[in-house]
Amino acid sequence: MWDYSDKVKEHFFSPRNSGVLEDANAVGDVGSINCGDALRLMLKVDPDTETIVDARFQTFGCGSAIASSSALTEIIKGKKLDDALKVSNQDIADYLDGLPPEKMHCSVMGREALQAAVANYRGEEWKDDHEEGALVCKCFAIDAVLIEETVRANNLTSVEDVINYTKAGGGCSSCHENIEEILTKVMAERGETFSPHAVELKEEAKPSKLTNLQRIKRIETILDSIRPQLQRDHGDIELVDVDGKTIYVNMIGACAGCQMEAMTLQGIQQRLMEDLGEFVKVVPSRAGSYARAASHV
Amino acid sequence: MDGIYLDNNATTRVDDAVVAAMLPFFTEQFGNPSSMHSFGNKVGLSIKKARMQVQELLGAEHESEIIFTSCGTESDSTAILSALRASPEKKEIITTSIEHPAVLALCTHLEKEGYKTHFLKVDEKGRLDLDEYAKLLTDKVAVVSIMWANNETGTLFPVERMAEMAHAKGIPFHTDAVQAVGKVPIDLKTSKIDMLSLSGHKLHAPKGVGVLYLKRGVRFRPLLRGGHQERGRRAGTENTASIVGLGLACEQAMQHMAFENTEVKRLRDKLEAGILAKVPRAFATGDVSNRLPNTSNIAFEFIEGEAILLLLNKFGIAASSGSACTSGSLEPSHVMRAMGIPYTAAHGTIRFSLSRYSTEAEVDRVIQVVPEIVAQLRKLSPYWGENGPAEEPEKAFAPVYA
Repeated sequence: MWDYSDKVKEHFFSPRNSGVLEDANAVGDVGSINCGDALRLMLKVDPDTETIVDARFQTFGCGSAIASSSALTEIIKGKKLDDALKVSNQDIADYLDGLPPEKMHCSVMGREALQAAVANYRGEEWKDDHEEGALVCKCFAIDAVLIEETVRANNLTSVEDVINYTKAGGGCSSCHENIEEILTKVMAERGETFSPHAVELKEEAKPSKLTNLQRIKRIETILDSIRPQLQRDHGDIELVDVDGKTIYVNMIGACAGCQMEAMTLQGIQQRLMEDLGEFVKVVPSRAGSYARAASHV
Repeated sequence: MDGIYLDNNATTRVDDAVVAAMLPFFTEQFGNPSSMHSFGNKVGLSIKKARMQVQELLGAEHESEIIFTSCGTESDSTAILSALRASPEKKEIITTSIEHPAVLALCTHLEKEGYKTHFLKVDEKGRLDLDEYAKLLTDKVAVVSIMWANNETGTLFPVERMAEMAHAKGIPFHTDAVQAVGKVPIDLKTSKIDMLSLSGHKLHAPKGVGVLYLKRGVRFRPLLRGGHQERGRRAGTENTASIVGLGLACEQAMQHMAFENTEVKRLRDKLEAGILAKVPRAFATGDVSNRLPNTSNIAFEFIEGEAILLLLNKFGIAASSGSACTSGSLEPSHVMRAMGIPYTAAHGTIRFSLSRYSTEAEVDRVIQVVPEIVAQLRKLSPYWGENGPAEEPEKAFAPVYA
């Protein structure tokens, strides 16, 4: 049984705004019957103010697809079209107190239905380029198509590359066999052979001894390079302090209190260790201040 | 626990008498059956008795043909890999497209290691084409593995006949009988079946114990080597309590065989007929005239299975679905796809599987609840109109990237 939040269950058992909206002037049909999800979003838009006066949906799909549709209509009602378009799939998931990684695509479908409906209202054609493959990384909800395309576009050659570019495989690591298979396939297309040991053989540059200032600047640079990934998920990180081997950081936005926070921190710590060439510990600063307070007693 | 449990093909309740028979083997009878002292000796005798109880249910000729394993999957893997290792020059496997993942995923994996697997197709009722099968039986084939009964639809396959056909060509034959054992009569001594897998928890024994039947004289290569347990064919200290439990469960299954095929079957038929009479655009999948007595798989068109299960669960009813969403994959059940069931119906398949514990009152309750649930979800579905499917549903609702 899926670990659905109470909010998801509640919206599934008593969906808001379901059924046909008779005088809708914006309709978006999206979904894939092959995957077992399809959604029709119907909006009534006030032409003078471009405000969504009413929203209804019809959904063929699982519990979280129905709950996501219900949540979407609740979120966008009363919003102006341009504001509604800013609603991300993460917003829908957050509204429902989170969705299991396998089910994040349900919230994506909601956002796409919204885009399609707005395009329909404005007389534009909405085209979706999104193709979904089998879920490979369950920790970060990354599917095979995305991994394949990323490996192809960036000429990736190792599981580590895939983790750095897509996050896939960066959690529990049980999908590494699948990732290796994707690498083998895509590398064969460009006439290369995947070798799991290639990375380990790479010569490791010994970092020279840094001054404190150089070291902190280096840490800042590394964090800056990770930042875009976090911001893509509506989060951020800031450096608070460096105390010997311990690096104190603040997780901001969606990263703060995210279920994946520990995993994200672990990934960041790994990156820092690799780049600095030394062992370091990354600690969220509040926990850090507690620890420091305790050590001064 | 209260509730209506109609998911017995997934797993079953351990019978109370089975639990009672097992308990002493955790405490007083904890000895290792391999030990020389009397702590172990009695345990050894109990395992012997269990072996004979399994032998009886399977109609095996010799008690030594029974090998205890940890589960059905281990038995399947042991059987198939043994046949391959025994004939390393043969590089082909014959199985079906509707096997349990225990066989399917192994065969798909073996393809990467250079084996060619023939996945027999099925027709719209899930039946195999024996002419296609006959043509594939060549001297390149190392093993045939065909399930006795399908776990999703309950459809039975003519494994005895297929074993004879393989035997005539000198090819070893394995059957995954995990769903069939205890529900249909089996008499292996009169068959040409070389290997058979079963799983304890499907017949009211505990999880974590299974059996591989290995006909005397069949060439065998163990999967696990080590100690001399199971005559060196499956090393590892015996799961004594569970083996004893499985033995008793087999004896009970033998006693309930007639009941299973009369009373349980009657309840299953009543459930299916009751639902189909009240719900439009629903149909039973599989070969309904030739299937397990306890299984009914119904496709509800234009709605999705996980949503049905969640609502059933709200009423305390447990079943399962071939929908993609219940597994976390994006494709609906490979069994439904193999039978050519359209996506709009395949995603809405629900499997009800009964047991000897199922009651008339439970069946009546499910017949009452299911039509309400289906109507509730169809109201939400873009493929469903006022009182029936939207006219030409595929056209009325054609999403952008369908």
